[in-house]
Amino acid sequence: MPDNRREYALNAVLALGLLLVPLWAYWAGSPFTITVFTRIAIFALAAVGLNIALGLGGMVSFGHAVYFGVGGYVAGIAAQHAFNGETFLGIAGANQMLIIWPIAMIAAGLLAAVIGAFSLRTSGIFFIMITLAFAQMVYYFAISWPTYGGEDGLPIYVRNTFPGLNTMRPWNLFILCWCLLMLAIGAFALIRASRFGAALMAIRQNPDRVAAVGISPFGIKLAAFVISAMITGLAGALMADLSRFASPAAMAWTMSGELIVIIILGGTGRLFGPVAGAAVLVGFEVIFGGMTEHWRLWLGLVLLLTVLFARGGIVTLIAGRERLG
Amino acid sequence: MTAALLFEQFLNGLQFGLMLFLMSAGLTLVFGVMGLINLAHGSLFMIGAFFCAAAAGLTGNFWLGLAAGMAAAAAAGALIEVTVMRRLYTRDHLDQVLATFALILILSEGTKILFGPFPLYLDVPPLLTGTVNLGLTPYPLYRLALIVAGLGVALGLWLLIGRTRLGIRIRAGENDREMIAALGVNIRALYTFVFALGAALAGLAGALVGAVQSVQVGMGEPVLILAFVVIVIGGIGSIRGAMVGALLVGVIDTMGRFLLPQVFALFLDPSKASGAGAALASMLVYLLMALILVIRPKGLFPVHA
Repeated sequence: MPDNRREYALNAVLALGLLLVPLWAYWAGSPFTITVFTRIAIFALAAVGLNIALGLGGMVSFGHAVYFGVGGYVAGIAAQHAFNGETFLGIAGANQMLIIWPIAMIAAGLLAAVIGAFSLRTSGIFFIMITLAFAQMVYYFAISWPTYGGEDGLPIYVRNTFPGLNTMRPWNLFILCWCLLMLAIGAFALIRASRFGAALMAIRQNPDRVAAVGISPFGIKLAAFVISAMITGLAGALMADLSRFASPAAMAWTMSGELIVIIILGGTGRLFGPVAGAAVLVGFEVIFGGMTEHWRLWLGLVLLLTVLFARGGIVTLIAGRERLG
Repeated sequence: MTAALLFEQFLNGLQFGLMLFLMSAGLTLVFGVMGLINLAHGSLFMIGAFFCAAAAGLTGNFWLGLAAGMAAAAAAGALIEVTVMRRLYTRDHLDQVLATFALILILSEGTKILFGPFPLYLDVPPLLTGTVNLGLTPYPLYRLALIVAGLGVALGLWLLIGRTRLGIRIRAGENDREMIAALGVNIRALYTFVFALGAALAGLAGALVGAVQSVQVGMGEPVLILAFVVIVIGGIGSIRGAMVGALLVGVIDTMGRFLLPQVFALFLDPSKASGAGAALASMLVYLLMALILVIRPKGLFPVHA
């Protein structure tokens, strides 16, 4: 665990800022601001998932968008069948978030178990390319399978429901996402502090030594990869409900790239790095996207300069390097 | 289904595979020599296509366009190498992925600014229009020319790397960069040359393919990802592996899209068969990659440790 007061302070600012700005927007009557912050929370949640694989385990998965997309499709397909009364392989539809979330996580986890079992046989540059290729495979499957919308995606006509909350109200949906994000960050902290997390981080540094003391790197990495995908899948289900649309674009390779960008901009392996990174990326899109249609050019330049000259991301910039206590 | 149709699809697969080889050769060369993963290789493919279409449109001459496309891609490659890539050789793969991802954003938007948001079209040169009779079936002359061009470039590359002094240096650079630098070879210039060579091959592929599909921003990335599949199958760093992998991927992908819907039609009703066949066909090359990874985790032609 990092013993760093400035990082604790920064984390508190990020967590409360993410809560208080939408609260202010709620009183000021600006649903657009709330929606922007809901997107930040969801992207941050997806990136918290990836941060387990990439930040702790050093597995550069360039295909995490596929779990994000699968989570979205679970929400979309469940809602469609709840709407039209048909079944998916004999399973009835559902429009309860409390049912959809675990299914989205299980679906993403199962897919990750299969993809991970193949990809984790390799490492380094092979692993990057293979995770990208498998994600592309699922993407092409989604756009060429006509039953659930194919290239057009799957609309969700009525947002899925949560007991006691009207999820059609932006603030209610936001607070659900914020709570889940905080829970996921808590889970990340617990994993990092656990024996499992210690083994995972040791594997990142030297898999041979870990194997020599009697721990199988493959099992640990696969477990971390699956947990990582489950969190990203949950974020995908939330995103589909936010945009009321399950889109194949959510699993496009650019989305995988953006998830990595969020982590790097925020700070690899840092607890609140994904929150900082998601805030910067979404903020960049909202602010510069309104000014010029070529905002991606500037995003590319900022990213390139960050990688070449300012390593460590925002959390490192403000709170300094991580201290291992 | 006739033998003629099957043969035509096989040739299409061969042509697709050879274009994939032009992409994969540069990618695998850059990885083999410099240890760099370059996501922006697809952007160089796109640059080749755009400059070829624009120059051919201006001059009315396809061959001038082809030269312009290759030159533009090579120049862009050299420029990128000198300004960005050079700083990345000693970094880890994550930094390389991010920096080249950033380059994709920059190059795609830059192309949009330079050429406008609409697709360009490139006509087949008059010399290569029409079809030729190959015995079994008439076949478009241009596609046949793509096959010949692909084989020609492959032969040239094999001669360059296996039979020239420059090729010896490139192979030596793969093995031990400090040693050949100590022997007085200008390793920086060599790296720039290798990168520009890979870029020119990608640009050539883009320019050639530009006449059979529309030239648009984002055309490079699907080919890039298939090129990744190719070099994972072939073994990263191996030109021979890239050739075998590219032909396998090209032929299996094309034949799968043609045959699978017909196979499914034997036991499913037609509307479902075409959907299921198309969906499975789009996954076929990735399944092939998974299978090869199980049997040979380092690819078919693994390069020395």
